[in-house]
Amino acid sequence: MAYSEKVIDHYQNPKNVGTLDKAKQNVGTGLVGAPECGDVMRLQIEVDEESGIIKDAKFKTFGCGSAIASSSLATEWLKGKSVDQALAIDNMDIVEELNLPPVKIHCSVLAEDAIKAAINDYRVKNGLPELVEEKKHH
Amino acid sequence: MELKLPIYLDNNATTPCDPRVVDAMLPYFTEKFGNAASRSHSFGWTGEEAVDYAREQVAKLINADPKEIIFTSGATEGDNLGIKGVYEMYASKGNHIITATTEHKAVLDTCKHIEKIGGQVTYLQVNDEGLIDLQELENAITDKTILIAIMYGNNEIGVLQPVREISKIARKHGVLFFTDGTQAVGKIPVDVQADGIDLMAFSAHKMYGPKGVGALYVRRKNPRVKVTAQMDGGGHERGMRSGTMNVPGIVGFGKACEICMNEMEAEGKRLSILRDKLENGLMQLEEAYVNGSREHRLPHVTNISFKYVEGEGLMMGFNKDIALSSGSACTSASLEPSYVLKALGLGDDLAHSSLRFGLGRFTTEEQVDYTIKAISDTVIKLREMSPLWEMFKDGVDLNSIEWAHH
Repeated sequence: MAYSEKVIDHYQNPKNVGTLDKAKQNVGTGLVGAPECGDVMRLQIEVDEESGIIKDAKFKTFGCGSAIASSSLATEWLKGKSVDQALAIDNMDIVEELNLPPVKIHCSVLAEDAIKAAINDYRVKNGLPELVEEKKHH
Repeated sequence: MELKLPIYLDNNATTPCDPRVVDAMLPYFTEKFGNAASRSHSFGWTGEEAVDYAREQVAKLINADPKEIIFTSGATEGDNLGIKGVYEMYASKGNHIITATTEHKAVLDTCKHIEKIGGQVTYLQVNDEGLIDLQELENAITDKTILIAIMYGNNEIGVLQPVREISKIARKHGVLFFTDGTQAVGKIPVDVQADGIDLMAFSAHKMYGPKGVGALYVRRKNPRVKVTAQMDGGGHERGMRSGTMNVPGIVGFGKACEICMNEMEAEGKRLSILRDKLENGLMQLEEAYVNGSREHRLPHVTNISFKYVEGEGLMMGFNKDIALSSGSACTSASLEPSYVLKALGLGDDLAHSSLRFGLGRFTTEEQVDYTIKAISDTVIKLREMSPLWEMFKDGVDLNSIEWAHH
């Protein structure tokens, strides 16, 4: 299968690979997927407490090129967004931006799940109620 | 020697045609185009002679009689004809077949079909090296057993089954022994007499011959074996396989067998040295594991798992320059990782992290050196990006985590 230019670019030059201190109050961590399924994503956000803006985002991903590209793109999109804006990121936006073929849509779903999981972790840490999954994935 | 890119290390999937094979084939597309079954003119005679000569070349490679060679379209057809053909021919004797879980899909799916039409199939498990247990095999034989179908060498891990011991057990119980010799024939000495093989499917394109041609060996003496044809038509190949002979393909197949006959020994030695170099180079990486027996295997094959990186992601790091295949699910249409690796007892995580290397006649040492470096660099880079690697390095037990399966 041929990868799109954008997937190859993210794979070769991934943005925001790394680890944030998950013990910090303003850091939310999402770990989704499973080794048995062939992909695991860990996505972290660091929220500016005053403004509620995501000031940093990092990822590490075990998976195929599309999974790596999806998480790399997600961290780029997260930075500078408010937590509420971040919640609006849809997996199909990732599919479109990266030109993912149908067999790789699950990679984008995983990235959206990782965003939601990181936000939830941040919310719970800060005494906010956990978000209930209401949206059906494409 | 200058390094030639891209590097092809997927010789278990297919091999390039040897130029000598192509040269032998060319006249049979144009001036010698006759139908080998045309008995009334010289065009047909020329074709028939060419097929007869190729049949001798093929037979010689496996120490068979030329009359025991049935030309087919390839190993998948040979597997189907051998197994279904025996099942139908020996229906009065029984309906039970014994095979193994690590067989090629052409054998497994054929066996599934036989189960659907009322046959019984026993699927033997393999141990963590990929080998069947001979005692288990013998215990599985019943008075209804007509066939044991166990491959010679495995396509994913290169592991060689104990063919001679299997055939002894088959003989002892009066059961026929079929083997899929696709990966082994032309790579290591395969001798149907010494090995006690009754039927064997193999293919030209795995041994530097053309695609679309192969053979089924069917024993004619001690015992005389017969298979029921699976295609009806002009009664070619002694009635076992109808259809106009693929004369250029068969000529190429014969030539490929002749070359293997002459060069196999030296080539096997050369490739096992290169394979060991590749393997030892890659095993310098932490948490790298060779899958399957390292003792009983083909000289040109290795299969390695690089824990905590995913196979397809790994290949993306170098697949512009190096052609390989992975046991990861992402490379195939199915979502399950390699069933062969899973049969060895590998967890899905290790199966997802595997690469299959098949060296070949045209692999050079420079290519092996390049491959070691390119793969090592990519593994290291991807591990830096892998949350699992980080957890492993932090001493986190990955089994203690509740993963969200999706």
